[in-house]
Amino acid sequence: MNAPVFAPWTDQSAEPMIRFRNVTKKFGDFTAISNLNLDIYEKEFFALLGPSGCGKTTMMRMLAGFEEPTSGDIIVSGDNIGHLPPNQRPVNMMFQSYALFPHLSVWENIAFGLRRDKLPKDQISARVDEMLKLTRLEKFARRKPHQISGGQRQRVALARSLAKAPKLLLLDEPLGALDKKLREATQFELMDIQEKTGTTFVIVTHDQEEAMTVASRIAVMDEGKLVQVDTPDRLYENPNSRYVADFVGDVNIIEAKASPLDGDRYALHWSEAEDALIGTTSTALSDGQSCYMAIRPEKIAISADRPEDAANAVQGKVEDIGYLGNMSTYHVRLNSGSLIKAQVANQRRISRRAFAWEDPVWLSWTATAGVVLAD
Amino acid sequence: MLRRWFLIAVPYVWLLALFLVPFLIVFKISLSDAAIARPPYLPVFSWGDSIIDFIRELDFENFIFLTEDDLYWKAYLSSLQIALIATILTLLVGYPVAYAMARAPEHWRPTLMMLVILPFWTSFLIRVYSWMGILSTEGFLNQFLLWVGVISSPLQILNTDTAVYIGIVYTYLPFMILPIYATLDRLDGSLIEAAEDLGCSRASAFWLVTLPLSRPGIIAGCFLVFIPTIGEFVIPSLLGGSDTLMIGKVLWEEFFSNRDWPVASAVAVVLLLILIIPIVLFQRNQQKQAEADR
Ligand SMILES: Nc1ncnc2c1ncn2[C@@H]1O[C@H](COP(=O)(O)OP(=O)(O)OP(=O)(O)O)[C@@H](O)[C@H]1O
Ligand SMILES: [Mg+2]
Repeated sequence: MNAPVFAPWTDQSAEPMIRFRNVTKKFGDFTAISNLNLDIYEKEFFALLGPSGCGKTTMMRMLAGFEEPTSGDIIVSGDNIGHLPPNQRPVNMMFQSYALFPHLSVWENIAFGLRRDKLPKDQISARVDEMLKLTRLEKFARRKPHQISGGQRQRVALARSLAKAPKLLLLDEPLGALDKKLREATQFELMDIQEKTGTTFVIVTHDQEEAMTVASRIAVMDEGKLVQVDTPDRLYENPNSRYVADFVGDVNIIEAKASPLDGDRYALHWSEAEDALIGTTSTALSDGQSCYMAIRPEKIAISADRPEDAANAVQGKVEDIGYLGNMSTYHVRLNSGSLIKAQVANQRRISRRAFAWEDPVWLSWTATAGVVLAD
Repeated sequence: MLRRWFLIAVPYVWLLALFLVPFLIVFKISLSDAAIARPPYLPVFSWGDSIIDFIRELDFENFIFLTEDDLYWKAYLSSLQIALIATILTLLVGYPVAYAMARAPEHWRPTLMMLVILPFWTSFLIRVYSWMGILSTEGFLNQFLLWVGVISSPLQILNTDTAVYIGIVYTYLPFMILPIYATLDRLDGSLIEAAEDLGCSRASAFWLVTLPLSRPGIIAGCFLVFIPTIGEFVIPSLLGGSDTLMIGKVLWEEFFSNRDWPVASAVAVVLLLILIIPIVLFQRNQQKQAEADR
């Protein structure tokens, strides 16, 4: 665990592998990507996360060469590739639909790209066999795509895009069609492959858990713009906006008016009937500025009595309990009427649960547990 | 139960009445002898005679005759050759049209489809006749070429094999375009993108992906043109010359000029036997495609 931390984005001297410079893409008068700047570094596993229609696929297609930016530059390893046709780019793409050639066998599908490079026969077959082994498809080499399962097809698509050992591999919702178990297994497989081959991966997904699992950094997008680009933990712990806090994971958002205390601490007045909450933020807020406190359900403690030393404590009644197996989510209605979610690990069996419906409870959290976000 | 029986029986009765019975009649005539009578062959079946005597009078004389006179096998061969060349020409014209249709903007496609089908709304005979007007020495084509100055004296196109090919390509083009268009239309565009992504140029992506994947459509189209062309009669007799040898024309002459019904029937039976081979192959292609679609 003592390996040097992989974080080229913090290194000022590191040269990014991919740079988007003021890239705008319009379809007719509709702007799909608007004035976007982004650096992606070599060997990164970079995830694009966002709601449907926010422009993720469009960014991938511009990288692969199927769309040209309306304005701005895309620079890969120092070369502006904005106008290069797809077959001349050091980039391979794994399609959302897999796009396997139905008339070719698994083996021929994987060999397709290598044959285009006019490599010698034995070299091609060695490389294909290597890919088959990597994706554990040796037994299916002779089959046609319609003769294998969905998960196997997905692995063929992956093997095919990896075969040419591209500098950059684009994965457009590669695991969308798989069930949860297989998807999780494949996520780890992908990370393994990425580590082994040292290829730079850019993955599109709208599953935020998947992005958190595999990515070194995540870009959260909304309507053609990047909202935040950060590591998974920072995205989760320090979202820079209400949008990101809401999009990544489960969160309670409390609207309030700030009044500065000492240092970076603020009192947040959020309800006539309740005491002010205490929160910290590094952004300076003026007195009376409206803001949000975003607090994750699992950072809220639940107890029968008011805890002595908690910075924030509110009282309410359990309205609903969501049982998730490993943990339970309590929906607590406060006296002021708002609803707060608190999550507790189920360390005991369900019959021994401490709180039941309609029980009066206290919710508490520390001053640094939540994030205070300006409007 | 009765209902099911009925549903199964209907197509068989249909086949029996409209295919098997006429075929048996033609086959029987082909085994008879020509006669100056009405109908012009013997024996004629009547319910009073013994069946044995009737059958005893039938023989394969006419079929043997077909092998003795070299007109017939030459006509069969020449029909096959003309059908083959015409099919290839139709493919060469039809594929680009189908390809352009499949790549045209979505809202244009119904109109283009309409244009392909439109000729079917007028009589086939009239359309072939109008080609005579276009191709004859005083026809539109020659007048146009003379006016442009490409040629100085009119070309003899009508009453040559060239005119037959033009006629066949024109008439059967929709049968080539539609199945090819159907396969191209279904082709997943991301396959072409995948091919380009893996290093293909536009041209090689077409050659390695589009063309192989449209093969079922090409095969279907070729059979749909080839099969009816072999027995084609109207086009060679209206547009072809006296030396254009096609079995359909021979058949017609045996029936109506020579009034030798038995020989004509024998010609028809052999033609049918020849056609069975491509028809079976065609059916197999369609079946394979249906299986692949599932
Ligand atoms: N060829 C096109 N013509 C017109 N509009 C397009 C085209 N391609 C994409 N768009 C529009 O651009 C926007 C972004 O599309 P894109 O496919 O990048 O979304 P996405 O983020 O990948 O969504 P999803 O998660 O649903 O795949 C959408 O609003 C879409 O309608
Ligand atoms: Mg998409």
